[in-house]
Amino acid sequence: MSATTADLELGKDLIGLQDLSREQILGILDTAEPFKEISERQIKKVPVLRGQTIVNLFFEPSTRTRISFEFAEKRLGADTVNISSSGSSVQKGETLVDTARNLEAMRINMVVIRHGSAGAAGFLADRIPSKVINAGDGQHEHPTQGLLDLLTIRDRFGSIEGRRVCIVGDILHSRVARSNIWGLVKCGAEVAVCGPKTLIPKGIEGLGVHVIPRVEDAIEWCDVLYVLRLQLERMDAGYVPSLREYNRVFGISSERLARASEEMVVLHPGPMNRGVEIDSDVADGPRSVILPQVTNGVAVRMAVLYLLSGGKPERAEAAKRGDA
Amino acid sequence: MSRPLLLVGGHTLDPSQSLDEPGDVLVVDGRIEALGKVTDVPESTERIDVGGLVVAPGLIDLHVHLREPGGEHKETIVSGARAAVAGGFTTVWAMPNTDPPIDDPAAVGFVLAAGARARGARVSPVGAASLGLKGEQMTEVGELVAAGAVAVTDDGHPIWNGALMRRLLEYTQTFGIPVVQHAEDPVLSAGGVMNEGTVATALGLKGIPNASEAATVARDVYLTELTGGHLHVQHVSTREAVDMIEAARSRGGRVTAEVTPHHLALTEEAVRGYRTEAKMNPPLRTAADREALRRGLAEGVIDAIATDHAPHDYQGKEREFDDAPFGVVGLETALGICLRELVQTGHLTLSELVDRLSCGPARIMGLEGGTLRPGSPADIVVFDPEERWTVDPAQFRSKSRNTPFAGREAQGRVRRTIVGGETRFLEPQEQAARSLTRAG
Repeated sequence: MSATTADLELGKDLIGLQDLSREQILGILDTAEPFKEISERQIKKVPVLRGQTIVNLFFEPSTRTRISFEFAEKRLGADTVNISSSGSSVQKGETLVDTARNLEAMRINMVVIRHGSAGAAGFLADRIPSKVINAGDGQHEHPTQGLLDLLTIRDRFGSIEGRRVCIVGDILHSRVARSNIWGLVKCGAEVAVCGPKTLIPKGIEGLGVHVIPRVEDAIEWCDVLYVLRLQLERMDAGYVPSLREYNRVFGISSERLARASEEMVVLHPGPMNRGVEIDSDVADGPRSVILPQVTNGVAVRMAVLYLLSGGKPERAEAAKRGDA
Repeated sequence: MSRPLLLVGGHTLDPSQSLDEPGDVLVVDGRIEALGKVTDVPESTERIDVGGLVVAPGLIDLHVHLREPGGEHKETIVSGARAAVAGGFTTVWAMPNTDPPIDDPAAVGFVLAAGARARGARVSPVGAASLGLKGEQMTEVGELVAAGAVAVTDDGHPIWNGALMRRLLEYTQTFGIPVVQHAEDPVLSAGGVMNEGTVATALGLKGIPNASEAATVARDVYLTELTGGHLHVQHVSTREAVDMIEAARSRGGRVTAEVTPHHLALTEEAVRGYRTEAKMNPPLRTAADREALRRGLAEGVIDAIATDHAPHDYQGKEREFDDAPFGVVGLETALGICLRELVQTGHLTLSELVDRLSCGPARIMGLEGGTLRPGSPADIVVFDPEERWTVDPAQFRSKSRNTPFAGREAQGRVRRTIVGGETRFLEPQEQAARSLTRAG
C-alpha cells in the first residue's frame, strides 16, 4: 500500500519522532536522498529556501548539530541567524514565551531550537505561528539525529525493517536514545537497550524495547550497535563509580566485537569520549559508520527544512534544480 | 450577634451522628440550636428555604497555602478564605511555608488576625516545625500553640532529619497537636518533576519514585510507635504508603492521613503534553496507586480529603515543565470533582464523602466543627448534589487559576456557606433569586 502525499505531510513542526507515522519517517528519508548530492557539488547551494528567515535558537551549547543545521539552511539558500544563550536576552532572565514573541515580531519563517528542558520545543511550537524544529529538548527527543541514524542504517542494510538494533550506554539521560527508539520501532526494527541499570530508565519497556543487561550479549545479538556518549558528569552524580570501570564493563573494544556478526555496524552520535564508551580502534575501524552519520545529518536536515517549508517529497529533485 | 436562622426543608446529612434525613436546622447565636422538625423559633428568625438541597456540616480543609505573607500576587488570606467558603469550606488550615515562614508566635498571630478579618472560612494557622523550615532546629512549639497554631509542619519540605522528627513527635505531646508531615525523601526525589515510570521516560522528565514517599512514611510510622506521638501524613499518593499507614493503625499507632482530590481523580497520564497544571508534589501516580488511594479512603485508612490548595500565577505555570512550580488550586473544585469522581462512580457514598471532607478531619484533629450536633458552632454548607457544572477557572474567587480540572465536568454545587451562624457565601444564582423575591 503506497502512502498518499497527505499522509506524508509533517504538519507545522517537527518536535519528535514519537509524533510521526512510519510513512512520514520513511518519506523524510526518501526526500533526503536527492539532497545528499548537493553537499558533494563544487558549488553547494540551491535556491529552495531563498528568502526564508530561519533562527537557530540554541539555549544549550552545541557544535555539531548547530553547524549541521546551519549548513543545511545555507545550502538551501535560507537567511539564518544564530542565537545562543550566552550573551542574549535569555541570560538576562527573559522567559521562553517572551523570546518567542519577540522573534515572531521580527517576522521569521522557522525556528530551530535546542533547549535544556524536555517539552521546550513543543511549548514554543504551540505559541508561535512559525515552524519549529526540535534540535534537542532536554532528555525528550532529538528527532533529526534519530532520522540521520535511520538513514545511515538504511544506507547500510537497504532497509530498517527486521534489523536488530541495540543502544548501549546512558539511556536515562539520552534524547538521542528516545528518538531512535521511536523511529526504529515504527520502522519495524527490533530494539534493545543495554547499560548499567542505574542508567536504564524505569518503564523503558513501555516504549517497545527490551533490556539486555550484559554488553557481550548485546554485541552477539545485534546488527547495529548504537553507542551513546557517557557524559562525564554522570560519574560525579554517582550513576557509575568511575569511567575506568565503565570502560571495562560497557566500553566497546575491538576484542569485544570479535563475537559480533560479520555485517554488524557501529554508530555513535558524537562527540565521542574515546577510551570511555568506545575505543579508538572501533571508532576508526571498519565497522564504524560514524562519519557517514555526520554526512547524512546535513541531508536529513535539508529534507526536513524543505518539507516543513511546504515542499513535496516527489518534487525534491526538481526543487533542487530550481524548477519548483 | 447575627439574627437567628432557620434552614427549612433541606435534607440534613451529618455522618457524625448518622443523620441522613429531611429536616430543618435552627441556628441561634452562631451555634446550632435544633434539628429536625423545628417549630419553636425565636421572633426575629430569618427563614431560608433550602428545599431540595443538602445541609451538611461545613467542609474542613487541613491543607491549604494562602501565600500571605510574601506571595500576595498568588493568593492572600482574604482571597483564599473567600475561595474556601465558595467551595463549601468553613475551616482551612494554612500552611506555614510563606515568606517569611510562620515560625514565630507573631507570625501565627498575623495569620489568625488576617483570617478573622477576611470574613471567609475560619483560618487556622499551622506553625513551622523547624526554624526557617530548614529541618534543623525545632521552633518554639509551645509559643506557637499559645498564639493559636493548631499543628506544626515543614510542609513544602519534608522533615527529613529523623532525629528532629523523633523529637517533634515527643515534644508535641505536651500540647496535644500532631506533627504534620510532607512525606518525601529529598535525596531520592532530587530533581524529579513527575512520577517515575514509562510516562516520565517517554517525556524525558526526571521521575520521583514511590519509594521516596513510602520510605519516609515507613520511618515516620516507626518513630510514631517509638514515641507515642500523633503523625499526620499529608497528601498520600502511593499504594505503598496506604499499606504502611493501614499496618501502623492496625498495630495501634496514632497515624492519620489525608489525600487530595487530584490524586483521587487523576493519574500521571495528565502530565502528557508537558501540562504544567498537572505538576504537583507529590506527583500524580499510576492508576494502581489511584485505586489504592480510593480504597484506602473508602475503608477509612485515609481519614480526610484535603486539597493542598497551592496557588501559582499564570507566569509561574506558563513555562518549561522543569522550571514550573509544583502545585494546583483546589478549594473551589474539591466538592464538585469528588462528587463526580468518587460518588458518581460508586467509590464512596455521599455520606462517606461528607465524612471525609468534614467530620473526618474534625475527628482526627479534635476540632469543634464537622458536625451539626446542637451546641456545635453553626458551620454549615448547603449544596445541590445534583447540579452538574463545568470547571471554569475564570470563575474562581482564588487569585490563581492553576487547576488540572479546567473544562472538566463536576457535580454538586455549593449554594450557601455559613460560618458561625453568618452566611459567608451565597451562590450568585441564589443571590439573584433572593433579591428578586425581596423586590417582589
